[in-house]
Amino acid sequence: MARKRSGASTGFTAFQYVVCIFIAIICLFPFVIMLVNCTRSSNSIMGNAISLIPGTDLFKNYKVFEGKTFNPWTGFVNSIIISVGATACTIYFSTLTAYSIVAYDWKAKKAFFVLIMCVLMIPGQVTSIGFYQFMYKIKLVNSYIPLIVPAIAAPATVFYMRQYMIPSLPMEIVQSARIDGAGEFRTFNQIVLPLMKPAMATQAIFAFVASWNALFIPSILLTDKDKWTMPIMVSQLAGDSYKVEFGAVYLGLVMTVLPLFVVYFLLSKYIIAGVALGGVKE
Amino acid sequence: MTTRSQKYLRGLSYARYGYRYAAPFMIIFLIFNFYPTLYTMFIGFTDMRGVGNETHLLEEPFANFIDMFHNQTFIDSLKNTVLIWIMNFIPQMSLALLLTAWFTSRTSKLKCQGFFKVVFYMPNIITAATIAILFNTLFGYPRGPVNELFTALGLQTSSFDFFSSKGASQTIVAFIQFWTWFGNTMIMMISGVLGISPDIFEAADIDGANSVQTFFRITLPNLKTILLYTLITSMIGGLNMFDIPLLFNNGGPDNATTTASVFIYQLAFKGRQFFSKAAAASMMLFVIIGILSAVLFWTMRDKDAIAAEKLKKEMRKKWKQESRGV
Repeated sequence: MARKRSGASTGFTAFQYVVCIFIAIICLFPFVIMLVNCTRSSNSIMGNAISLIPGTDLFKNYKVFEGKTFNPWTGFVNSIIISVGATACTIYFSTLTAYSIVAYDWKAKKAFFVLIMCVLMIPGQVTSIGFYQFMYKIKLVNSYIPLIVPAIAAPATVFYMRQYMIPSLPMEIVQSARIDGAGEFRTFNQIVLPLMKPAMATQAIFAFVASWNALFIPSILLTDKDKWTMPIMVSQLAGDSYKVEFGAVYLGLVMTVLPLFVVYFLLSKYIIAGVALGGVKE
Repeated sequence: MTTRSQKYLRGLSYARYGYRYAAPFMIIFLIFNFYPTLYTMFIGFTDMRGVGNETHLLEEPFANFIDMFHNQTFIDSLKNTVLIWIMNFIPQMSLALLLTAWFTSRTSKLKCQGFFKVVFYMPNIITAATIAILFNTLFGYPRGPVNELFTALGLQTSSFDFFSSKGASQTIVAFIQFWTWFGNTMIMMISGVLGISPDIFEAADIDGANSVQTFFRITLPNLKTILLYTLITSMIGGLNMFDIPLLFNNGGPDNATTTASVFIYQLAFKGRQFFSKAAAASMMLFVIIGILSAVLFWTMRDKDAIAAEKLKKEMRKKWKQESRGV
């Protein structure tokens, strides 16, 4: 009886592994094809789209981009500027906002927290019409300000920071800093911020990725080709001028994904832990 | 003087710092979020077209809204959005739950869980625009990797044009959405399960519940908060789906993958730039999302919180009785 059962469970475990490996292949297959095909000539891809043997046409494929609107280097630099700026704003001000809720008692505090929870539910895109017209009126089209400064108000990050701060910031520390004569702002910058480092690091990754991947708002605001971000550059690859240049399209995609791959494989442990924290109740 | 020092002692004098540190968030929110929302609403009542043109309030204030209500493309785009979201959400939840049950099972420990988690989550971090174009290339017609694979596997006899088939395009967009999000949902659920008190599972073990019973009677009811959270965030994200349908097949064929966001984008920023109508459509979408979120929240939350609480109590009672008996 016992033997029978263990035999069945071994079979079931094998089945579980087969399913997991199958799903893993589905997750990786598109990226593998992309990485291999970016080194192959468009003709050889036309003849045989699936291959695991890299070709030798990497530079030929790259030459296709010359004189066209897809410029990954410009896109890379622009995206870095915007994403770093937006991430810094989100992290610093979200921690400050969370601190104002956790450390101080003020009348409108509860209402303010409810407001943050409500804003969490409002998706940005449905208000984009008014946002665009407003930015046009104050002449901020083709500027990075509307892509960086609004990151100061990031309700999801504030919520996360509050959850993290409540158990990990003993008020005694703040009190003793006060007794030692430190100003409130200095206490925040020199005592609270260092204590919040782990939470800030996790949230920085997510804020950076979200800003890096954004397409809708940047694509309506930035009409100047020199200011385009990476996702806007990528969207150019869907155009007609690349209809037969398969190798070049794959290469373009690889160039936009490579920085994310590097970040992900260096920090995957923290990223997975960060996502998991979102699933912890209350 | 005394009142002042008393106040100081009670910490009330620090209240102004609370307001001060919450101010940047509040100011930026009012300027870049709240005002644009009101402005979008206002534009819905005007005849605004393009940028920098003279704009007037309409004589019939709700003309744009009525117009959108009768606009077949807008209605279809709403239907497409919901259809594609459901086609992605049901398999996404099912697979995430199945994998969660396997990964948190206490009888059989799967190895390489860390590797699987990293691989399953990976699509979520890659730019949606890149993924859309990658899939567009993969499903290429007449020759592309997927066509080649399906023909080699004998699933089809000749190349299939996925881009001119409505059903195929919708399915692929839903699949991409599913593919990018199931890992995220799975990881959230796993951590939710790990957060459930082990006492409850022990009680179930003592009662002789098998793993299937434990999953449906204990794990699921205790995951309700996270399920609700996933449902609401996924719904808001799903109703705003933009990058993937726009770049995979440009909303086609025959508007089959035109989602509400793609419709609004094309109305305002392409062709004749009907900002006023797009604003009206935005506000209608906004209201729909608000109502759906509220309905989900109230119907799911109360009942289940109460039910879960009841179950917990019962379990605890049983456990206590059992332990007393022993």
